[in-house]
Amino acid sequence: MNAKLTIAMPKGRIFEEALELLRKAGYTLPPEFDDSRKLILDVEAEDMRFILAKPMDVATYVEHGVADVGIAGKDVLLEEERDVYELLDLQISACYLAVAGLPGTAMNDVAPKVATKYPNVAAAYFREQGEQVEIIKLNGSIELAPLIGLADRIVDIVSTGRTLVENGLVEYERIKDVTSRLIVNPVSYRIKDERINELVTRLSTVVSLEVK
Amino acid sequence: MSRLFMFEKPLGMRDTLPELYEKKHRVRTLMEDAIKQWGYQFIDTPTLEYYETVGTASAILDSELFKLLDKDGHTLVLRPDMTSPIARVAASRLLENDLPLRLAYAGNVYRAQQREGGRPAEFEQIGVEYINDDTVSSDGEVIALLVSSLKKAGLNQFQVSVGHIGFAQELFKQILGTNGRANALRRFLYEKNFVGYREQVNSYSLSSIDKKRLLQLLELRGGEEIIGKALDIVEDGYGKESLIQLKELWDVIKDYGLEDYVKFDFTIVSHMSYYSGILFEAYAGNVGFPIGNGGRYGLIEKFGKKASATGFAVRLDKLLEAMGSQEISNTVECILFSQERRKEAFQLAETMKAEGKQTVLQDINGVKNLDAFTKKFANTTFLIGGA
Repeated sequence: MNAKLTIAMPKGRIFEEALELLRKAGYTLPPEFDDSRKLILDVEAEDMRFILAKPMDVATYVEHGVADVGIAGKDVLLEEERDVYELLDLQISACYLAVAGLPGTAMNDVAPKVATKYPNVAAAYFREQGEQVEIIKLNGSIELAPLIGLADRIVDIVSTGRTLVENGLVEYERIKDVTSRLIVNPVSYRIKDERINELVTRLSTVVSLEVK
Repeated sequence: MSRLFMFEKPLGMRDTLPELYEKKHRVRTLMEDAIKQWGYQFIDTPTLEYYETVGTASAILDSELFKLLDKDGHTLVLRPDMTSPIARVAASRLLENDLPLRLAYAGNVYRAQQREGGRPAEFEQIGVEYINDDTVSSDGEVIALLVSSLKKAGLNQFQVSVGHIGFAQELFKQILGTNGRANALRRFLYEKNFVGYREQVNSYSLSSIDKKRLLQLLELRGGEEIIGKALDIVEDGYGKESLIQLKELWDVIKDYGLEDYVKFDFTIVSHMSYYSGILFEAYAGNVGFPIGNGGRYGLIEKFGKKASATGFAVRLDKLLEAMGSQEISNTVECILFSQERRKEAFQLAETMKAEGKQTVLQDINGVKNLDAFTKKFANTTFLIGGA
């Protein structure tokens, strides 16, 4: 079936890289794409519709089927555990999830606290380490938490490590490497299989060239 | 917890207002009629079951069960599906002569309440269970009945993807031997994580041919030609057995003339060893979740009878969503009467009902806004004042 393909794109950091990747894969996307403030962008020439979402929400749109495919960080997929196909590692926006805190500190014995944007990832990680911690959910500027005594540790994504250094924090453990993934709604994967197969083939060619 | 507002319902519960009720009723009736035409008998089972029996036997994850306690402290579940209660009934009451048994149901099932919208804790399923017949013909019958009942219900654009639990299992066993490594791959398949699957395969020390065979599994989606491709990557044994079954199934579907609706997909697996053979899911393009699913299972054995069965379940809410907005024409008529002509009104109503018309009798003194009231009906007859 050749119906229009709806793609959920993450706004911000990953957007530029994802756009570049799609262009390299031969999709003609108009130049005004890059700095538009619209949330829905139709590209008639490719019979595609792009929706611009918060990175954390991309998998939600795809799971509910309002977007057929999406580009989402592995961090989001680990946190949200959405029922979507993770088809391709796009190898863009590389970073990693890590545990950080003030240097030379130990966790509180009685009630170790961890602040994070990723409560599920953090809870699962510490449980696997055999530690029971209390999680405090924050929505941004996670580095603040240990500085002002809200938590002993934070779990957050680290790309260059500069934010940590500038705030006097050190990395304690590396949890998982993160890159962006191509995700697909299970129904779209079957019903729009031809269009999605083509997208996967074109993107994987580009990705494997980049890696070499 | 904050004080409840009087309009609030428990999380995940929905009302069915008249218009939706009509739509649901119509689709349910069409599906039921189609299923009855194939000779299936409808049954009902209780809403509550024991957690230890039906709850643990069900294919639904433990964390998704809606659990309660009875006054003796037994854990109960609101039935999570209809398959396990029917397996219980079939094993204990109906499977006495060891004959094939065709049962059907339409009923509400329940899931643990979810914070997020779009995941009702109560929804209706309509489906069939074809018990105690191991032939591929019975698998084919269930898929054909799924397709034809959906068509009868008025759904035009949909697809059934068919897989076989044995294929991936056997492929993993042939190449990997130990169950641990096979389970890891199966888990990636179940989680739909193909990136993880590929990384895992590449991390094993295997010949490049074996790696290629494992990776090719992910590509096995499509029509009849896929069976040929699948044959290339398995050796003899149960894996081949599953392909012979699928080939036969394809022939059965073709004899029904329904091959346009069916595709193969070898990446469909279930989360535990619930399904034992052919399994399938039904999709409609405009709904993000499968509208139905089914397959062959060995559940009856858990209830003490040696028999396998196959069946399907369709979610009525998803089916309605797939069918989109359909106009339900309002056919209800109204007779407005005053006391003087009451008897005449009653007689007219009897005549109209006998003709099969839905008729409302309304004393005009009970209506404050006549215009607004008469708008609700297809037609209004006034029997007012002296004749």
